[in-house]
Amino acid sequence: MAQFRQPARLLATELACLRGDRSVFTGLSFAVGAGQALMVNGPNGAGKSSLLRLIAGLVRIEAGQLVLEGGNPEATPGEQAHYLGHQDALKPSLSVIENLDFWVRYLGGGMTGTGAALDTVGLSRILNLPAAYLSAGQRRRLSIARLIAVARPVWLLDEPTSALDATAQAMLAGLMRQHLANGGMILAATHGPIGLDGAKELRLGGAP
Amino acid sequence: MTALANIFLRDMRLSVRLGGGALIGVLFFLIVVTLMPFAIGPDLALLARIGPAILWLGALLASLLALDRLIAADYEDGSLDLILMARVPLELSLASKALAHWLTTGLPLVIAAPLLGLLLNLDPTATGAVALTLLAGTPALTFIGLIGASLTVALRRGGLLIAVLVLPLAVPVLIFGVAASNAAIVGPVPFGTPFTILCALTLMSAVVGPFAAAAALRHGLE
Repeated sequence: MAQFRQPARLLATELACLRGDRSVFTGLSFAVGAGQALMVNGPNGAGKSSLLRLIAGLVRIEAGQLVLEGGNPEATPGEQAHYLGHQDALKPSLSVIENLDFWVRYLGGGMTGTGAALDTVGLSRILNLPAAYLSAGQRRRLSIARLIAVARPVWLLDEPTSALDATAQAMLAGLMRQHLANGGMILAATHGPIGLDGAKELRLGGAP
Repeated sequence: MTALANIFLRDMRLSVRLGGGALIGVLFFLIVVTLMPFAIGPDLALLARIGPAILWLGALLASLLALDRLIAADYEDGSLDLILMARVPLELSLASKALAHWLTTGLPLVIAAPLLGLLLNLDPTATGAVALTLLAGTPALTFIGLIGASLTVALRRGGLLIAVLVLPLAVPVLIFGVAASNAAIVGPVPFGTPFTILCALTLMSAVVGPFAAAAALRHGLE
């Protein structure tokens, strides 16, 4: 797996998030060190997805600070993170390999080769199939291939196991362990276990 | 640079594969231009006189058609999130997208214009002048449209709103496009004067458009 500049930890202090006029959370502080995973859980509407999107730089930070210590000082935390959201960011009319190739070239950074990444997620036999014909699980696998083809220290995973079968869940757990072993960080919003032992937990409260 | 070339090539490839965009624009252009003689009547001298204006109006309206997919397609499938997170400056990514969009939807209009000129009894000089002004002016329409597309990205049925937002901003382009065409045909102003202003409008919108669009997208985060 390709290497990246190793950040020491992701530090959040007193974060607040506002969606619309509703305060989703306030005064949220946590730290994730290199090689650590943080499971964000809580009931629906508690702000799990909002927190991940906020770290990704897709939602404005209303108050508080977010720093990636030891990371690239010229890039925002979001620019050093992968975001695996509910949408797969795939174009139906492009083939599997074209979709992945585009993101790898566009996102830049070190890459291990798209072929190897597709092999890892088990899509190497349908390289030229248009993404329109992929099942939900296969689309998810293709998005996961993006995480390993472009090296970025922080992974933001929003319910990463949804639509994945048991084999794919085990594959994802293996990839996450490898990412942590390389000194990466993972923040995952989940409702259940995703196969990482010893991960810290961050519980977001219920909707006010 | 590779990243920008990539997003440009991807958008070109997408619009070629999906088809439709360019063809629908050209067909709409054809229909608008064909309707005019029916509305105005078979007065050839009159048609030749207002021909450039009709072609410009047709191209302006046709260029609006595909705008709603320019950013919204990326928004709906989550690609926009990743584009916002990339280290590539958003402004440059948007400019690349706009360029690809112009090549696949604007340029076909420019190519179709001389053929449609025949329907309006335009002589070769007038046809050439209109095609040249469209070539110089339609990029401005795309870049102005980029702003509208970014502002309305999160709205359902934003396409209609884009037209309302973009058309007033496109008025200067229309004025100088038609003025330059008419200058070439009847004078008395030299062709160069309005044409240079038209080129300036295009260059200006090529700079302002991506920045305004990027600001709109960033502001739209919440």
